[in-house]
Amino acid sequence: MHNHGGGISLVEVSSFGLLAAIACYVFAALRRSPRGRWPTHRILLWIAGCLVTALSVQAATANHDDFAGHALAHVGLGMLAPVLLMLSAPVRLALRSLSAVPARRLARLLRSRPVRFLTHPIPAAVLNLGGLWLVYSGGLYASMHTNGLLFVVVHTHIFVSGYLFSVSIAGVDPNPHRAPFATRAIVLSVVMAGHSILSKYLYANPPADVPAASAEAGSMVMYYGGDAASVVLVVLLCAAWYRDVGRRRGRSAASRQPSTV
Amino acid sequence: MSGPTGSGQNLWSGVLLGVGVVAFVDEAVFHQILHWHHFYDRSTPAAGLVSDGIFHAFGWFATVAALFLFADLRRSGRLHWSRWSGGILLGAGFFQLYDGTVQHKLFGLHQIRYGVDLLGYDLTWNIVALLLIAAGAVLLLRARRVAAGGRPLPSVASRA
Repeated sequence: MHNHGGGISLVEVSSFGLLAAIACYVFAALRRSPRGRWPTHRILLWIAGCLVTALSVQAATANHDDFAGHALAHVGLGMLAPVLLMLSAPVRLALRSLSAVPARRLARLLRSRPVRFLTHPIPAAVLNLGGLWLVYSGGLYASMHTNGLLFVVVHTHIFVSGYLFSVSIAGVDPNPHRAPFATRAIVLSVVMAGHSILSKYLYANPPADVPAASAEAGSMVMYYGGDAASVVLVVLLCAAWYRDVGRRRGRSAASRQPSTV
Repeated sequence: MSGPTGSGQNLWSGVLLGVGVVAFVDEAVFHQILHWHHFYDRSTPAAGLVSDGIFHAFGWFATVAALFLFADLRRSGRLHWSRWSGGILLGAGFFQLYDGTVQHKLFGLHQIRYGVDLLGYDLTWNIVALLLIAAGAVLLLRARRVAAGGRPLPSVASRA
């Protein structure tokens, strides 16, 4: 958003919010719990995710004319930060930190129809990829730089839809209605393909007012940065499959030969 | 796919890895090191761009999935090397052939090299693909014969 004299800027608001998010998470994670210690790597993932979010917001607001900087900020905000935050299992932490009544309410919310819908891979993918196509090839890119509210809405959408998408593909938080592996694999491949197609399309057809050199650099950042973030999701998804298969095989072996060690 | 003998899983793990490796070699060697291919030469019709995007994503997915399938075969003791490597050659050959015929020629996504006579390059590209497919088929047939004959390498076993 632009500097509007007097008021506080978007960067300040988001930085304050992210500091508060880090403080809440660390406080909950370090509290003594009957269920044992909260893993340190999850705390680090949460802090890293918040920092990437803050840096991305800063980069997005700073680089009005630099399309490559903008693309980098979007990869950070919409892909890298959501994966880091999702891996820190904030819902699991909330469920064990809250007292019984709010925890039950949260659990009921997670089972509710809208949440189930939004964390299914297909709606999450449509929101995620659809938003990107609208912004970059649908003309929103130019208008969001003149309209502060639109800027906030677009960036919030990028972040939230990125988070929902990562959760729907490879979420580690409890999810009573996780989609089957094949659905998640196909949707992830389609989104990766859509992302790379959009990047190449932008290489040749940049948004209005973006100079050609800047568009080329930006679309390559988007292409390779998007790849890097998507491959992390592919590895997480396949690793979950590997774990499940191993567990199932262990169980069926145990039930076949109950007498052997 | 994860049947008791794992023959399907051996084949698929190989095929997926073959596709992934060729996609990588294409991207790393020809696009990025030699700069023979272009990132995007702007003359591509939409169908070519979509086909390229799908195979780009599939290449990544195939590589990672193949390695996890491979790890699962090893951990459960069902890895069959010749079936697996036959799958790699088959996958690599088919993808190379698809790239060389459909993507380069039919969709005109990009050419192998610019500013040269293409015939030699195209022939080499597609002949290499056919050789890979043939080698893969030979390995798979041998693996099948060994499996049908019971133990691998019966001559060694009888001599011992």
